Amino acid sequence: MQYTEIMVRYGELSTKGKNRRNFIGRLTGNVTKALKNFPELSIHPKRDRMHIQLNGTPAEPVMAILSRIFGIQNYSPAIKIAKNMDVVHQTAIDLVRDTLPSPTASFKVNTRRSDHTFALDTNQMNLDLGDLITTAFPDIKVQMKHPDVTLRVEVRRDGIYLSTETIKGAGGLPVGSAGKAVLMLSGGIDSPVAGYLAMKRGVDIEMVHFFSPPYTSVDALNKAKELTAKLAPYAGAITFIEVPFTEIQEEVKAHVPEGYLMTVQRRFMLRLADRIRAQRGGLAIFNGESVGQVASQTLESMTAINDVTTTPVLRPVVTMDKTEIIALAEKIDTFDLSIMPFEDCCTIFAPPRPKTKPNLDRARQYEAVLDGEPMMARAIAGIKITTIHPQDEFMNAHQEETAALL
Amino acid sequence: MIYFDNSATTKIDPAVLATYDAISNNFFGNPSSLHAVGTKANDMLQSARGQIAELIGAAPDEIFFTSGGTEGDNWIIKGTAIEKREFGNHLITTAIEHPAVINTMKQLEKLGFKVTYLPVDKDGFIDPQMLANAITDQTILVSTMVVNNEIGAIQPIHEIAKVLADHPTIHFHVDAVQAVGKGLRDLIREPRVDFATFSGHKFHAPRGTGFIYVKRGRKIAPLLTGGGQENDWRSGTENTPAIGAMAKALRLLLTNEDANVAKQEAVRERIITHLQQYPDVTIFSPISNRFAPHILCFALPGVRGETIVHAFEDHDIYISTTSACSSKKGTESSTLKAMQVPERIATSAVRVSLDEHNTLAEADTFNQVFDELYKKFAKLRTSVAAAR
Repeated sequence: MQYTEIMVRYGELSTKGKNRRNFIGRLTGNVTKALKNFPELSIHPKRDRMHIQLNGTPAEPVMAILSRIFGIQNYSPAIKIAKNMDVVHQTAIDLVRDTLPSPTASFKVNTRRSDHTFALDTNQMNLDLGDLITTAFPDIKVQMKHPDVTLRVEVRRDGIYLSTETIKGAGGLPVGSAGKAVLMLSGGIDSPVAGYLAMKRGVDIEMVHFFSPPYTSVDALNKAKELTAKLAPYAGAITFIEVPFTEIQEEVKAHVPEGYLMTVQRRFMLRLADRIRAQRGGLAIFNGESVGQVASQTLESMTAINDVTTTPVLRPVVTMDKTEIIALAEKIDTFDLSIMPFEDCCTIFAPPRPKTKPNLDRARQYEAVLDGEPMMARAIAGIKITTIHPQDEFMNAHQEETAALL
Repeated sequence: MIYFDNSATTKIDPAVLATYDAISNNFFGNPSSLHAVGTKANDMLQSARGQIAELIGAAPDEIFFTSGGTEGDNWIIKGTAIEKREFGNHLITTAIEHPAVINTMKQLEKLGFKVTYLPVDKDGFIDPQMLANAITDQTILVSTMVVNNEIGAIQPIHEIAKVLADHPTIHFHVDAVQAVGKGLRDLIREPRVDFATFSGHKFHAPRGTGFIYVKRGRKIAPLLTGGGQENDWRSGTENTPAIGAMAKALRLLLTNEDANVAKQEAVRERIITHLQQYPDVTIFSPISNRFAPHILCFALPGVRGETIVHAFEDHDIYISTTSACSSKKGTESSTLKAMQVPERIATSAVRVSLDEHNTLAEADTFNQVFDELYKKFAKLRTSVAAAR
């Protein structure tokens, strides 16, 4: 079936009142950006839905991209035809034949009419096409509630639109509509999931990744970048900020008692993330912490670390079980990458017995012996910012070379 | 030279050899090494795995590299026996398998496993109903070839799959060594198939290469334990250059597969049509879609197979007695024996096996030489006729 357009229905608009224009504007921008490789498309945002005219582009690859854009409730591939009932009949039969899951499936016709000059009204259209389909497919069942197939008919001024499929979208809010923030991305299972959930609520995130060569390998850095590439389809592209952290880690290791190594180190990470956030115009810091999983994530630990900033530190997976986080990681295809065994800066210098209930005053006191400001200034001066796109590959650096030989 | 012994082995493709050479020079590291030289070699290894997986329609984690068809068959059969020994001790195969399967089964019999060897009919096909009757609650594996290596008979894989649909726990292994690249993808990748064996040197890759397909979720015990390569399933430092070369050879093989199959079919038909003029020539691989496009087995009763092989050799044409692996032993073909072909005819059988480079002109030359040899061996043939 050669579809002519995809009809996109917005998500969560009803609750957004006067923000509607912002929502639609963002969504249109995100859709346009995500579909930039399809030059034939024309995108028409309307008040209650968006029409993407295919102009000859196949619907499948376009829909695959739409399925990962937040702010879309659902979408339907549709065929635009002339306002001629013979053509309507033929197309309706073809469309139902193509999408009917079994000969005995149930169906209904759902007509909307914005062009009130058309000869048949909504009811007449429903009856006419219902008769047509039941005659053409004698085993089909008519069912008004939850049918297997709904033949949607829209009579508009410029033509009649037919569709039978409604595909669930990613839901959520358009990325960017809720503002900007940074995400502390380690390379583990949790932080990419936290990033996904932040984007789902419309937050435009930038990745902050700490790396400590030579203690952490280039593989660990590439893994974090590859994880970012996995999340990039939801945002179009994601800014990746790598922060050199070797000097601070070495100094902390040299001067802070073992039980507080992790706490003090994390306080520096959060401070740096907060400074980068301020530079980049973000409003919050996201991370992948979940209560009580490891020593750094007890409530006492969060208190001792969170102390360094008043910026909202948001933890989307804070109450999730590990199994729930893994299920989401598998859904967004980051799990297999996350479990690749490269040391990151959270695992190197990890003391055998970190304080699970660190004391805030002690943490401040131990930290005071370090000359933190110049070190942080050097770290900030050394940050490297790149933009990561969905198709970017980092784990197989020799891809071109291998592909040429194979 | 006319090389008609491609089921024994194929000539390595020059482009494949170039890849082997380049990988040996530029990706020489051990893929398990942590440093950049090692990760570079690992990138090559994983790219090769990804390419092979994509070509046969599987996932990369379903592909394991081996040293060839014999290892693949051994691994899947013994690996199943070890892995599932607590669930049963019965294995089913056919009477016409390659020795890599038959002799592995015999070894397991010595260890106490029970093996059923399904017979074939006079044309060389197993009967799925007999398989259904052979299954017991102890059965853990059914192993069958897709294409017989001696006569080219294509076994009823879909029908076997139907029988096994009711027995989801039985491992279903197909030996696809002679089937890959011969237009039989739907049999090799029949959804019920759990394991498949492939051998690189049968499709212009270097010797000592192969891979097995293992359906995700199925498990076999490793035979080679050690450093934990291949996800701890098959230890031993990976043969990166040969594996990369095999990935390339498989791509070349499956590009234009349909056209290449048609070409081999045409060459095979040209020879069969010619041989059919001689009423005393027995053809075991008739023109039929039940036979692979590249294998032709026939017998000239009265003349021993090896005599025919050497007579053709004098004309720079290379064919074989039925299977290269047993041909030096002078024994009769095991497939023909299983088909109840009389020994007198079976010992006269020879095999022509083609690849995509063979031509109709070569078939014509072969046919002319056959005419000469047929006349030359007239005395031997009459003595047979008289004895009859």
